[in-house]
This record gives sequence, structure tokens and C-alpha cells, in this order.
Amino acid sequence: MTTLTLSRALNAGLRKAMENDPKVLIMGEDVGKLGGVFRVTDGLQKDFGEDRVIDTPLAESGIVGTAIGLALRGYRPVCEIQFDGFVFPAVDQIVSQLAKMRYRSRGQLSLPVVIRIPCGGGIGAVEHHSESPEVLFTHTAGLRVVACADAADAFAMIQQSIACDDPVIFFEPKRRYWDKGDVDAASGLASALPMDRAKTVLDGSDVTLLCYGPLVRTCLESALAARQDGPSQGGPNRGRSIEVIDLRSLSPLDMDTIGASVRRTGRCVVAHEAPVYAGLGAEIAARVTEQCFYHLEAPVLRVGGFATPYPPSRLEEHYLPDLDRILDTVDRTLEY
Amino acid sequence: MTVESGGAITAALNQSVGDLREQPAGLIQLLTPEGERVDHPDYPLDLSAEDIRGMYRDLVLVRRIDTEAIALQRQGELGIWASLLGQEAAQIGSGRALGPDDMAFPTYREHGVAWCRGIDPVKLLELYRGVSHGGWDPAEHKFHLYTIVIGAQTLHATGYAMGIQRDGAVGGDGKASEAVIVYFGDGATSQGDVNEAFVWASVFNAPVVFFCQNNQWAISEPLEKQTRIPLYQRARGFGFPGLRVDGNDVLASYAVTKKAMQAAREGQGPTLIEAYTYRMGAHTTTDDPTRYRLASELEVWKLKDPIERVRAYLARTGQAEPEFFAEVDAEAKQVGARVREACRTMPDPPPLDIFDHVYTGPQSILQAEREQYAAYLDSFEEAR
Repeated sequence: MTTLTLSRALNAGLRKAMENDPKVLIMGEDVGKLGGVFRVTDGLQKDFGEDRVIDTPLAESGIVGTAIGLALRGYRPVCEIQFDGFVFPAVDQIVSQLAKMRYRSRGQLSLPVVIRIPCGGGIGAVEHHSESPEVLFTHTAGLRVVACADAADAFAMIQQSIACDDPVIFFEPKRRYWDKGDVDAASGLASALPMDRAKTVLDGSDVTLLCYGPLVRTCLESALAARQDGPSQGGPNRGRSIEVIDLRSLSPLDMDTIGASVRRTGRCVVAHEAPVYAGLGAEIAARVTEQCFYHLEAPVLRVGGFATPYPPSRLEEHYLPDLDRILDTVDRTLEY
Repeated sequence: MTVESGGAITAALNQSVGDLREQPAGLIQLLTPEGERVDHPDYPLDLSAEDIRGMYRDLVLVRRIDTEAIALQRQGELGIWASLLGQEAAQIGSGRALGPDDMAFPTYREHGVAWCRGIDPVKLLELYRGVSHGGWDPAEHKFHLYTIVIGAQTLHATGYAMGIQRDGAVGGDGKASEAVIVYFGDGATSQGDVNEAFVWASVFNAPVVFFCQNNQWAISEPLEKQTRIPLYQRARGFGFPGLRVDGNDVLASYAVTKKAMQAAREGQGPTLIEAYTYRMGAHTTTDDPTRYRLASELEVWKLKDPIERVRAYLARTGQAEPEFFAEVDAEAKQVGARVREACRTMPDPPPLDIFDHVYTGPQSILQAEREQYAAYLDSFEEAR
């Protein structure tokens, strides 16, 4: 077991995938000598060469479009989109080509392409560097969409995504790149949780709190705070036991894990940085309501970004769900 | 400021765009519209009389398939059809120039290239009838599926070519080598993807030939809406050679493609070929060209017909007897009848096929929908 930052864990996972399969390529802007703006690909070009770690021209559609061609030729490209807000020029290639090629070819063509996207806010960045575009991709059939939240998952899930024969949109929580965690770099993928499964990160009995990516840590901190606070401190519902589930897979959703928890707790809150309106929480709320109707003590509530563009960074602490706003939502569901 | 309805800005622009259609001194042509063979110093022809007769047969058969498909659409058997009428020579010439290992990436109009790659025309009709999104095996035919989003395939072709480089399958040292050809039209040259593909192919020196069929019209928009310079000249700005060939000349289309593909295989990088041709029909069967272009334009291009000139050449030089032409016509009739019959009897796929091949394996959300819909359908069966 070694302690790695999430960014280094991704680097170690990429390295392992490249060692295991000579067809794995990395491509993107500044991924070579610089090692990526977040250093996720640091040192890989030096060790695997410029033909496998490809500094591309600065055009996102080109990155994904040529990755599709390389995949048709038998390669397994891992594309880095430098920031969430820069993926939009590539959306046609992702949505109309990458996602649909297997279906179009009636299963004859596979496109094992991974698109890594650092996502979310909280780093004080300028516009277009803090977005959460995941539902554009969860709403696109043919894509698998995952989000890692800790170093161990980063290490395992990037390798699982590369090994997957379906295209994978891989979201990385950029403000958590420097968070450290234990990684068992020696263990194989066989013992890892499949990437389409959710993971309970904290057991609880009163409310199910669903989250993914950067908010997993925030939700965990919220749940621990609620547990530690006695009912006399804070709001009426402090001291309650919140179960925190890291969804990990956004498409498909692991409804078995979600449903089992909600049927036990009777309450459900979904937290994400993306706007609440028509967000992933809406889909989860609809499914939980349908599948757990007789177990619910309260409506499924959502907490997340507002129905606005991402604000200037001096305001982002208001936009991003934090511990207090999450617990406020938990309080509201408990008050029903 | 008011804008005149006539469009003063556009009028001034149109005046300044004069030479898009002026043929460059170096236009590559090996067979004139009158059927006269002309030599070109850079493109000696390596075709036998039998080869040229074979190309004539190809041209006639693909035109017949096209005619048949238009009729099938009119009869309600196809949802839509994108006609290749007028572009047969560009497609057959370039298609016949490919080696068996070369890979081709088409638009949705490359029925002639599909023919050269051994795709059963009935497979093309599947797509336009709406029973599949493309039913052939791209790996078997080395012919990718039709791409409908304009220009997207140029990037796929370039990436595929980069894969050939990484496989070590480029080089002129005698071992097997491969290259890629990608088709697109004049309208596509305005797309970002096409320009990105040019950049990628250039900086990576990828073994890909960009084959642009300039058929003068992007649905209703003439060439002037896409460019202020002749399209082949665009290549220069990206750092690779561009040339214009008479796209209605099957021999020249063959010769330039063969040479460009060989250069790509040998590691000399990309070439842009502008095959100067004309879309003699509508954009698709839903289009009405009388709304935007003059019939006289079509009359001019009819004189440059890609098939007539080959027939004239073969007949005049005694390389084909009248019996040969009669045989080809008879074969065309047979192919037409077969395509017609196959289309009319093509069954709809079973409804649950909707759910197949979205992912490699079962996916929980989709699986649930499939089961739910299957049960729903079964409820009708039970009610009977």
C-alpha cells in the first residue's frame, strides 16, 4: 500500500495500462513534455515515447476524431481534454461518432476510447475551467460515464476504463487532484470493484446521501459533522446517521446499490456541482421514487449548482454545494 | 444603417470571386469530354484495354444502381437516396486505384467506391430504406461505414492513418504498406473537422489522401459560399500538395489517386485531390435544384458526361465492339432488377433489435428497458 495523490494515482494507473498493453496511447494538449497542466501524464512520454504519448495540435474535435480512427485501427487511445469547458468543440465527435459507432455497425466496430476530463469548480479559475458537463454524456446512449473521487478508485478505474471495449467518459475531480489516499498498486484489477458499481463510503441509517466526483469528500465531511454534532448543537436533525454513497458510475447508474440503501433509510438526497435543473439528480429522483415509493418517508431532494452559468470564482463558494448547504438539504428531508 | 434586400455586400463579393471555376493550366485530364486520350507527363497510364472496359462497366452499373434507387425512393421503397449521378468517374477512378489493403472512408454518396470495394449495393439500400445504419463489415471490405455528419470522417481517416504509421506499415522498402483515402465534398471543406484533419495529417505526415469531390453544390449553396480560392490550393496553406483533376475523367481520377496513394504509402504524407465534377441530380431525393440553379448549367455538364467519353474512346479506338456495350447494358438491366427485387422484399428488423449493440455487454438500465418493452409487446400477443 502506498500513499498517492489522486493525480499521481491516475498517473500510476495510466503507466500500468501502457505497460500491460502496447496498443494504449495517450493523446492531448500538453500531455508530453509538460505532463499535462495537472501533471497527470507526467513522465509518460519520456518512458513510452512520442508515438505513444502524443502532443496533439490544439483542437479538441481533432483529438477525439483522430482517436476514433486510431481505435478503428486497433489502438486504445486515452484522450485528455484539458478542462471541462473545452470539451464542447469535441461534442460532435463524441456524441455523433464515438458513442454511436458500435450501434451503427451492429456490433462490428468497437471504439475503446477513454476521454479524461478534469471537471468541477473550487480552484478559483477563470470562466470555462469549472464546469460539470456530465449529463450531456449520460444522456448519450453508447457512452459509459464514470467519475472517480479518491486515489484508489482513480488508479483502478482509469485502468478499467482503458480495458473497457466501450467508449468511456472519465471525469476527474480537479480540486481533489492533490488529495492523498492509499493505493494498492500491486493488486490487479480482478479484486477491484467493477466500474459500473456504486460504493458505500460511509454507512448510515437515517438518510442516503448520493454524490460523485468532487462532492464525495464534501458529503463525507457533512455526514461526519452531522454524526458528531449532538442534537442540541446545530439544527434539529444533527446527530443523525447519514449513509454516503459514491456513485462512481453515472451511466449506467447502479440502481441496485442506490435502491437497497434508500429502502433502508427511507430518505434520499442527491448532491452534485452541476445545475440541479435537469441534472443527474432528476433522473435519480425519478428512479428512486418509482423503485422505492413505499419506503420513502420524504421526497427525494437535490442540492447542487444553480440554473445559471458558472459564476466568477469570487462567487463560486455560493454556487458549489458545501457542508452547510448539504446538511441544510438533509435537514429538510428529515423534517418531512 | 439599412441593408438593401439585394445584398450590396454579397454583390460586391460575388464580383470579386471570379476564378474558382477557371481551370488551372495544370488540370489533370487524360480523356477529354470528346473521348480523346491525352497524355500527361506526370501521369503515364498503366491500364490495359481490358482494364478500361472494366471501368466502363463499373460506371454503367453504378449509374444503373443509382437510377434504380431513385425510382425505388419515388415508389416509397426507400426513405431517401443521395444520388451519385455525374460523379461516377471520380468514384470509380479513385476506387479502382486503391490496393486491397488500403482503407477508404466515405461520405454517404460514395456508392461507386462502395462498388469497387465489393459492397453489395443492396447493403447501401438498407441504410436508405431505414432497416440499418450501415450493414457491411468495414474490416472485410476495407471500406468504413457511411458518415452522414459532414466532414467528421476526415478525422477518423487521419487517425486510422496515424495507426498505420504506428504499426510500421508505411515505407517504400518493398514490404507491404498501406494508406488511407477519405472522401468529402466541396461543402465539407468549410467544416472545422476537415481543417483539423488537414492540420493533423500535415504535422504527423499521415499516409492519407484527401479526395474532395467538388460537385459545385452543397445542397443549394454554390462553391462561392464555401471558398474564395480554388479548393485544391487550400492544401498549400496546410503544407502538403494539392491538385485538381478532371473528376469526370475516370482515367485521370484513377491515375492521380494511384500516385497520391503510393506517395502516402511511401511515407511522403498527405495529398489533397480536388476532383472537379458536377452533381447532375438533386442533393438527395428530397431536394429540388430548380429552386436554385439554372437548367442550362446542367446542359453544359451533360456534354462532359463521365460515361459517354469512355464509350466514345473505346468505340473509336476499336478497344470494344458493339457486343461489349450490349452485354454491359444487359448486365446493368439484370443488376437493376436484382437490386429492385432485393429492396422490395427486404424485411424490417424485429423490434427488439433496437436494444442491440449499444454497449459491448449487457447494461443494466438498457436491459431493464428491453425487458419492459418485450413484456409490453408480449401483452399484445397474449391479448390475441
